[in-house]
Formats: sequence, structure tokens, C-alpha cells
Amino acid sequence: MPVSDTADAALRVEILRKVYGGGGPEPVEAVRDLAFTVTAGAITCLIGPSGAGKTTTLRILLGLDPDYEGRVTPPPDEAGIAMAFQEPRLLPWRTVEQNVRLALPRPARAHNLDALFESLGLTPWRGRYPGALSLGMARRVSLARALAQKPRILILDEPFVSLDDNAAASLRGLVVAAVEASGMGVLMVTHNVAEALEIADRLLLVSGRPASLLGTIALDRPRGQRDRGWVEANRASLAGRFPSVIAS
Amino acid sequence: MGFATRLASVLVLLAGWQVAASAAGSRLLPAPLAILDFIARESATGDLWWNVGITLARVGISFFLAMTLGVLLGIALGRSRRLNLVLDTPLLILLNTPALVITVLAYIWVGLNEAAAIVAVVLNKLPNVAVILREGARGLDPQLEEMARSYRFDRRTWIAHVLVPQLQPFAVAAARSGLSLAWKIVLVIELLGRPNGVGFAINYYFVQSLNVAAILGYSIVFMSVMIAIDILILQRLEAYVRRWR
Repeated sequence: MPVSDTADAALRVEILRKVYGGGGPEPVEAVRDLAFTVTAGAITCLIGPSGAGKTTTLRILLGLDPDYEGRVTPPPDEAGIAMAFQEPRLLPWRTVEQNVRLALPRPARAHNLDALFESLGLTPWRGRYPGALSLGMARRVSLARALAQKPRILILDEPFVSLDDNAAASLRGLVVAAVEASGMGVLMVTHNVAEALEIADRLLLVSGRPASLLGTIALDRPRGQRDRGWVEANRASLAGRFPSVIAS
Repeated sequence: MGFATRLASVLVLLAGWQVAASAAGSRLLPAPLAILDFIARESATGDLWWNVGITLARVGISFFLAMTLGVLLGIALGRSRRLNLVLDTPLLILLNTPALVITVLAYIWVGLNEAAAIVAVVLNKLPNVAVILREGARGLDPQLEEMARSYRFDRRTWIAHVLVPQLQPFAVAAARSGLSLAWKIVLVIELLGRPNGVGFAINYYFVQSLNVAAILGYSIVFMSVMIAIDILILQRLEAYVRRWR
């Protein structure tokens, strides 16, 4: 079922322009005319070449960078956004469980998180320090920290990069399960088209430097029926239409 | 194995010393047993523990003040470029002023009293602590900062779980080097202007009677106390703050 661009918009993003070093001699334009929505209950994938301004866009969505032209509605403070960073960014001196709890507002820290840890396969790791975890496990903890917030919007920055196929596949499964269980909207940023074709409901193709929107594609085949042939055929067709995005 | 080797090296050293002292037969090179004898007598009169206690109290108070002020100053310097510009040169000057000069000036300006002694130690040690902590505060992980902001950590959570754990190794390093610095300076300060303490006692036996056994006896007892504090408290603290590695 195609996802409409206007209905159910849990987050609406319009970045007209983002410039770094505005006052300096050589300002760099990182983003220009990037407008899109993130839809509740669906996975939206933002695809673009490395260094395209994707990270800049995410920082704006998180409210970490207020210095841009445009707007995000609802504003980041009120949108209920949680992010799983590409590098898991766990506190190495706190246990897995403490990492998840400390990111919660004080009153919520004592809540029962058994079901969350169990659903992500983290129960045996709750008392361990992040240094003892593989990258795949650390990403799960990072995902657990984001999901514990019960966000309306979950942002994933290159969540499967540098993982082996098994770890990536199991993490993908966990993300899909979490979306289907909670109805939150997911914005996933990636440079890997095949990965996006596996789980996305909608693709946003973004050019490099400055980042601007080249096209939006709704994927209408249900996730369960996307076999390798379908992914490969779509990848090839996208590569034909958007060589600047896919070739890199 | 490691411990046995250490013990053997100390025993050989002591035995060599005892033999050399017996051969020399001079009171300017007393044997280890003569020093032990002095320690026993001085300890029986109570003078030893009184002086060691006074010195320990001075070290403790000035160490605590210098650490507290130095840590706060170092964090502020590491996080504020402007403050660092203002204070970097004065800090460099203080860092390179001889302990003796600071001590003499403190006695002249503050007076020949306990406050001057404490001020002198604090001024000697504080720049070291501040400089070490400044490095720590400059090296804070920007990715964790961003994570903490994106999850809206409140100030208390940020201090306790993001800031302090990153500064702990620097604070412990500053404490360990600072403690050995502090007690050496305290002895000089006592020698120059206090009527009690280990530094005073050493000066007394030097000027009055050139009693080398007494000078070495006081030094050895006080060094032992400081080494014990390092091993029993500071090294354990260091192991504790690194437990997650």
C-alpha cells in the first residue's frame, strides 16, 4: 500500500538552506530545499551519498542545530524524537541497563524494562559494560535506549553499517518488529540502497552537497514478499534513474 | 615471584647499608638498626607521632583545598576559551615559581602562621592540578555530549554520568602526583617557619646535633605513611575508576 506524503505526517521537515561558516570567507552550503515528512507506522529511508549533509539534517531534526532556514513541525522539543546513532555512543563506564535507564526522564527510570530487553535479546547483557559487547550488540543497546523513550519518531543513522550479514539481518528484523508493534514513525538514514529496499515503505533520494531532494518513491510490495530478485531489480532501476545517488 | 624479588632487593640494600655503616663507624652514616632504635625511642616519648600527625594534618588540609580548587579551575579553563586566555599566563608563571619563593613570600605577606603555610602549599600545588584537569576537560567526547543533549539529560545526570566519569582518571592522576608534591612542600614550609611537624623536627636535629639517625628516622616514617596512603587509598581509587575498561 503506497504511503501518502501528507496523511499521518508525524514529522514535517522543510529545510530551505543550511550554510556552514556563514560569516567566513568560504561558506559551505550543506542543505538546500530538502522537504519531506516522516509518517507514523512506516519506515522512511533517506538515501544519499556519503558526506551529503545527512548528518547535518539529523542534527537539525534533533534540535541540536537551530541555525538554519526552514522549519520542523512539530518542533524537535515536542516531536517525541529518539535517535540511535551510527556509533552506538553508549557511556562506557555504565552498564547496558544503566545506559538505557539514564536516558529516561527521572520518574521513568524505575519502570520495568524486562520486556524491552527481552525483545531485543539483551537480557543476559543487562549487567555488562559496553566494552564487552560486539558492535551488533552495542547497536541493539543503542536501539533499546531509543525505544525505551517510547518515541513517536525513531531516527536511525546508518544502523546496519559495519555489521556482518547475520547481525544486520537480525537487527533489521528487530527494527521492523518494533515499528509494527508500536506504530511509531521511523526515519532511517543510509547510503545502502539494497538495505533500504529491504525494509522501507518509502525512499527519499537525496543528492550530495548540498543535500536536496531528488525524488520520493513509495514501495508498494509488502516487506514479507521482497525477495532478492525484487531488491536487485529495483536497485538496478534506481541506479539508472538516480546515478548520482546510487553509483556512490 | 614479583613480590619476592622486590623483598630480596630491599633486604640486600639494607644488609649492604648495615655492613657499610659498621665499617665506617661514623655517626654521620648510622646503620639501619641505629635508625630503628631512634624511631623506637622517639615513638615512646610521643614526639614522633605528634610531629607526624601535625604534618599529616597540614598535608591533608592543603591537599584537599588544592584538589578542590584545582579541579574546579581546570574544568573551567578547559571549557572556556576566554577564561583560559586570561589565566593561562598567570598559571604558567605560578607553575614555574620555585616552591621556596612562594613559601617565603607567603610567610612575609600572610605572617608566620598556619594560614600562610596552607596558602603556600595550595599555591604550589594548585597549578599542577588545574593543568591536568584542563586537559581532561578539553578532551570530553563530543559524540557523548551530542547524545546527552539529544536525550535531554538533566544537569545532574550529565555531571554524574557524562562529565565526572570522563574526568576521573585525570583527577586521580592529579591526586597521586599532587600528594607526593604536597608533602614534600609541607616539609620545606615547616622547616622554614613552623614550630612543629616533621620538617621542623628534621631541622631541629640538623641544627642542634647533626643527628643523622634522627633525620633519616623521621624521613623514613613519614615516607612510609605517604606510600601507604598511595597504595591503600589512591591506587585502589584508580583501579575503581578504571573498572569498566
